[in-house]
Parts: sequence; structure tokens; C-alpha cells
Amino acid sequence: MLTVWAILIDGFIYASWLFLVAAGLTVIYGVMRILNMAHGSLYALGAYAAASAIGWYYAGGGSQLWMAFAILATCALLIGVISGLLIERGILRLMYGRDEILMLIVTFAILLILEDVMKLIWGTTPYFAWQPYAGMGRVSIDVLTVSGYDIMVLCLSVVIGVGLWFWLERTRIGKILRSIIHDREVSEAMGVNVRRMFTITFVIGATLGAIAGGITAPIISVVPGIGIEVIVLAFAVVVTGGLGSVTGAAVGAIIVGLARATSIHTVPQFELFIIYAVMAAVLIFRPHGLFGQAIARKI
Amino acid sequence: MGHSTSTAGWRKTLLSTATTVAIATSGAMAFSQAANAQETFKVGLVTFLSGGASGPFGVPAAQAAETVIKAINAGELPAPYNTPGVNGLQLESVVIDEAGGPTKQVEEYRNLVQRQNVNAVIGYISSGDCLAVGPVAEELKTFTIAFDCGTPRMFEELKNPAYFFRTGLDAVADNVGAVHYLKEMHGDAKRIAGIQQNYAWGQDSWLDFTLSLEQLMPEAEIVNNQTPQIFAGSYGTEISALQTRRPEIIHSSMWGGDMESFVSQANARGLLGQATALLTTGESGLHRFDGQAPNGTILGGRGPFGAFMPENDLSEWFNKAYEAEHGTKPSYPSSKMAQAILALKFAADNSGADGVPSSEQLAASLKGAEFESVSGTVRMALAGGHQALQDMLYGEYHYTPGQGAELRNIRAYAGECVSAPDGVNAQQWIKDGFPGAKCD
Repeated sequence: MLTVWAILIDGFIYASWLFLVAAGLTVIYGVMRILNMAHGSLYALGAYAAASAIGWYYAGGGSQLWMAFAILATCALLIGVISGLLIERGILRLMYGRDEILMLIVTFAILLILEDVMKLIWGTTPYFAWQPYAGMGRVSIDVLTVSGYDIMVLCLSVVIGVGLWFWLERTRIGKILRSIIHDREVSEAMGVNVRRMFTITFVIGATLGAIAGGITAPIISVVPGIGIEVIVLAFAVVVTGGLGSVTGAAVGAIIVGLARATSIHTVPQFELFIIYAVMAAVLIFRPHGLFGQAIARKI
Repeated sequence: MGHSTSTAGWRKTLLSTATTVAIATSGAMAFSQAANAQETFKVGLVTFLSGGASGPFGVPAAQAAETVIKAINAGELPAPYNTPGVNGLQLESVVIDEAGGPTKQVEEYRNLVQRQNVNAVIGYISSGDCLAVGPVAEELKTFTIAFDCGTPRMFEELKNPAYFFRTGLDAVADNVGAVHYLKEMHGDAKRIAGIQQNYAWGQDSWLDFTLSLEQLMPEAEIVNNQTPQIFAGSYGTEISALQTRRPEIIHSSMWGGDMESFVSQANARGLLGQATALLTTGESGLHRFDGQAPNGTILGGRGPFGAFMPENDLSEWFNKAYEAEHGTKPSYPSSKMAQAILALKFAADNSGADGVPSSEQLAASLKGAEFESVSGTVRMALAGGHQALQDMLYGEYHYTPGQGAELRNIRAYAGECVSAPDGVNAQQWIKDGFPGAKCD
């Protein structure tokens, strides 16, 4: 019974982290039809900024947990907004209307450039910002313990998920974005400033990526390459759920999270394989993912 | 016609001028290279400068190389290495990033030897890279020292090497030594679990450990082994899975950032209060855990390296010089790189060569030799004189706020106790109950 509880708890905690990582990716694809490979770099930038700022805070004698979280949130938001604006305004806007494959290559180039930029800024030494993770304490269920920080990540993920749903479904901007998703040209003809909407969407997606990195920084050692590692996982989740669907990303994350937790607790050797096995199984029966929709190509 | 003749004449003049310039230039370059080759000894250094292995392993190793090479060239090393240069030649290094995998490393190796004309190569943390580069070193007949990679398959696959050496121990010694330490310090432990990175290193380490456990602690039960992806970073689910199996000891061969992340997360979750961690490469985190590992955590350093270095003139010099230059104490990857460079200096100084020693002269000098190093006296007694045989050490982490970390309850196990005799398959040797082992 303890193992069942552990699978459920671990599955949902991992799913919440996966959703945080994948949400920005799927929002950007849903609205802009850009498969943003640079999302991994935005995650890594958020992680590096948060880890170094938290390290600086504690090295300077700081000890307040709320202050560490305030620093973490500020770093992630700043990184997300600034780098999102720079990438969208500086590069992507020059490419709008081009083939999706070209956009993929462009964002992959940005990923590679940012990987080296991060090495230039932060070097190759791992950064640890463990204090917030350790400071949140833990809850015990028999011998099983659950980190307070992980519970916080789960709650944050729910808040972001509900917030995204509300933004897309219940706000005026959300309605405009849905109209763009439905038909970009007609929306433009109806007076929608599509380019401005693209900027807003990209900055929000980039900020979500940076927040995911910032929130992950106290859990892991922040090293070069984490952005590339995470983008593969994020793709697996959004493809399973359906590219461009926030609900799909959430459901995909839960399925992948529970499958992975089941594997680790029962057949740990399959851990590497299980995420991609789930993705493959879903795509066999639903080639566009669980919540993806086939779209007729315009000629 | 006249115009045509004039053009032909010009062409002829240009051609002859270009040929003369080319011959003169190439002659000058050849002379310059020859002169240069006589003045310096060029060594290729290969270590991770990017990726997950760079921070805790590759960069400290590169920093150690920088410190030791500078001291060698200035003649500032303690005896017996207090003569400037190697065989009187200034040591010049070409540093290459080990990232990219074995195929890329084979290309880089060929490039180092055939284009950069290095006289020797020192490098390789990854076992996969060592396995790939070893045969190429033999093919190109280039003196090569593997300073860190730990695969026991190295000299099982590379039969009768002439040019390839390893100046450290392999992973078998890590895990046999780990079980000896457990038996001595935690002999009553009954429930053993593990967590290893899911690739050859982790799988081989766990196999060696569990085989040794069957021999030395037959009452102990293996309750679980987790195999996360390398560089996974987050181990929350694995920690839960380990907790539900209630182990007393958790063995891990994870290294670098992965190992440090696991320790940090497992400690925060209370797992390291429920069970004692045995980290075969844990020494590299000794000064980085910052109190995040509980006191009593068992650390290994893959031999007498890093904080396990014995007290001698060389280790004292290296500790001081490294800390002065890089602001931190040397960890075991740094010490292992220092040892490999000292092996090169030993081989060159004792080669009997006039000028730049050839790979054959270097290999003949190092094969089966005993040389002094930061880890004490190193005997090249395995793999037909091509691999070092050294003691394996383990100790317990102890952190005091304000004073930092140290190792306590250190135990050393003789090389002949933890390594299979020369020419014997290591896993068969363990299964047979360590025949010929000298553990007194």
C-alpha cells in the first residue's frame, strides 16, 4: 500500500514539474505555430539566474526563506521577460510567415548560441541553491517522506495551469488568441494586431520556461546542458498531450509522471524507456496526441 | 602572337616565383617546426570542458594540469621532479574538450597526433572514450596516458598494449574496496540498496559491488537498485522508491553534479538519516557538500587521491599550489591528472633520449616502473606494466560548521587486496572468492 501511495505522490509531483516545463512550449506552439527549441535555454537561463542569486543571498548571510523565494521569482520573471522580448523582437519577428521547419532550425540555433552564452557567463562549474529545498521541510507517511518544496511545486503548477486556462478561456486577450489559433489571416483582417499578440504570447511562454528553471534550481545542480536535457522531456509531454493544447500538456504530464513513477517503483530498469514508450503508444492511436487536432493545410 | 608569348612568359615567371616562395616557405616552416620540436615537448590534454562532467571533473583536472605543467617548466616541483621541463624540454600543452562522445574523441585524437604533432596524449574521464581511443593510440604508436577512466574492460579489450597506459585504478578496486569498508565498519548491515547512473559505468559498478557483497557479506540482502538516466538531476521518485525498501546502506557510483544533487535531495528528504550512503566517487564533493551530506556518509576517492592523498613533499606542494591558484583544495580528479603528468615527466626524464623522447622510449621507461607521485609511490604493476596498482581508501564525511569538512575513520586496502591479479578477469576473480588477494 505504501508503494501505491508513493507512486501516486511521486507521479503527481513529477507531472507538476513536467507541466511547468512544458506549458510555455505548448502555449507558444498553440498560438504562434513555432516549435521553440530555445525553450530549453530559457529554462536553463532561469535556473542559472535563480541559483546564482540565491547563492549570493545566502552567501551574504541571508536566511529568510520568503526572501529567497522573492529573489527566485524576480530573477525568473526578469530573465523570461527580457530574453523573451530579445528573442521575439530581435530574431523571430523577422521570420514570421516562414515554414515551421525553418522556425524550428532558427530556434535550435538560438538554443546553441544561448548554451555557449551561459557558459561564458556562468562557466562550467555546477551551481547549487539547495537552501530553499531543504528549508521547506518535509511531511512523513510511514518511512516515506515528501518534500515541502515538492508540494509547493505541485501547488504552483496547479495555479499556473488554472491561470493559463482562465487567461485563454475567460479573458479578452484569450479570445483574441483563440481567434488567431483558429485562423490567423481572418483575425488580422478583423483588425487584430497579430504581431503584438505574438510578442505577448512569446514573452509569456518564455517567462513560463524561466519560471520552470528558477523553481527547479533549488532541486538540482545547475550545470551546462540542462536546457537540452529538459527540452527532450518537454517535447515528449507536449507531443503526448497534443501540440499546442494546454489541457493536453497537463494530461500528458500526468500520464507520463504516473507511468514513470510506476516504473521506478516496480521495474526501475525501464525508467529511461517508459516516457518514450507512453509517447509512442499514444501516437500509434492518436497521431496528433491526446488533445491535438488535425488541421487542413492551406494551399 | 607577341602578346601570347608575353603572357606565357609572365605565367612562367609567376609560376617559378610562386614555386620558389612555396619551397622557401615550407623549408622555413619545416626548419621552424624542427627547431620548435627540439625546444618543447608537446602534450595533448583531453578532459571535459563542457557538459555535466566538466564542473566537478574536467575543469578541476584541467586546472591541475595547468598548475603542474607551469611548475614543471619552472623547475619548481619537489624532488625527484625538481629539474625544469621534461627531459630538459619545456612542456607545451594543447587542451581539447572531451565532450562529444567516443567517435568525436577518436577524430580529436587523430587530429592531435597527425595534425598538431603532439608527442604524447594525457586524458579521458569517460570509459567509453578510453575504450575507443586505446586502439587508435596503438595504431598511431603514440604514448598515451588515461588519467581517470575506470572501466575494467580497458585492458581486457586492449590486449598487450605498447603505448597506452592508465595511471589510476579501475572500478573493480572501487567496489571491492567499498565492500571491505562496509564489512569493517558496518558489518551488521543487512539491507543494501543502490542508485547508479544508467550506463556502463553504473551498471559495471553495481555488478562488481553486488558480486563482492555476495562473497564478503553473504547475509546482506539487496533490496533495490535505482538506475536513473545520467544527468537526470532530479531524483525525487528514486528517493521514494529507496525509502519504501527500508535499506540500511545505499551504494552509489554516481559522480559529479548527479552525485551531489542526489545527496542534497536525499538529505532534505531524510533518506540519508534512514540509511548510510556509500559514495564511491564522493570525495569530489567533500568540499562542495557544504554540510548537505550527513556526518558518517562514506566517501571514496578512487584511490589515494584528493583528500585521501598521503602526506609527502609532492602532495603538500600540490595541495598548496592548487589552492593558491584555484581557490579550493584539489579533489580526486585534480590529483589523478597531476599523477598522470608526473608519470609523463618520470617517463621522459628516464627515457635516456637525447632531445625529444620517442613514444617507444617513453613507453619503455614507464612500463612496469615505480614512480613517486602525489598519491605516494605508484607501481605500474597491472596490465603487463601498463596500469597502476595502488591502495583503495574509504572514509567518513564529517562536517563542522565554521571549520568545514574532513574525512574520518579512513581505511586503506592494499592494491593486491582490491584488484584482480594481472591477467585475471576481475568479475571471475570476485566470483571465485578473490584468489591470491593479499588483504593483511
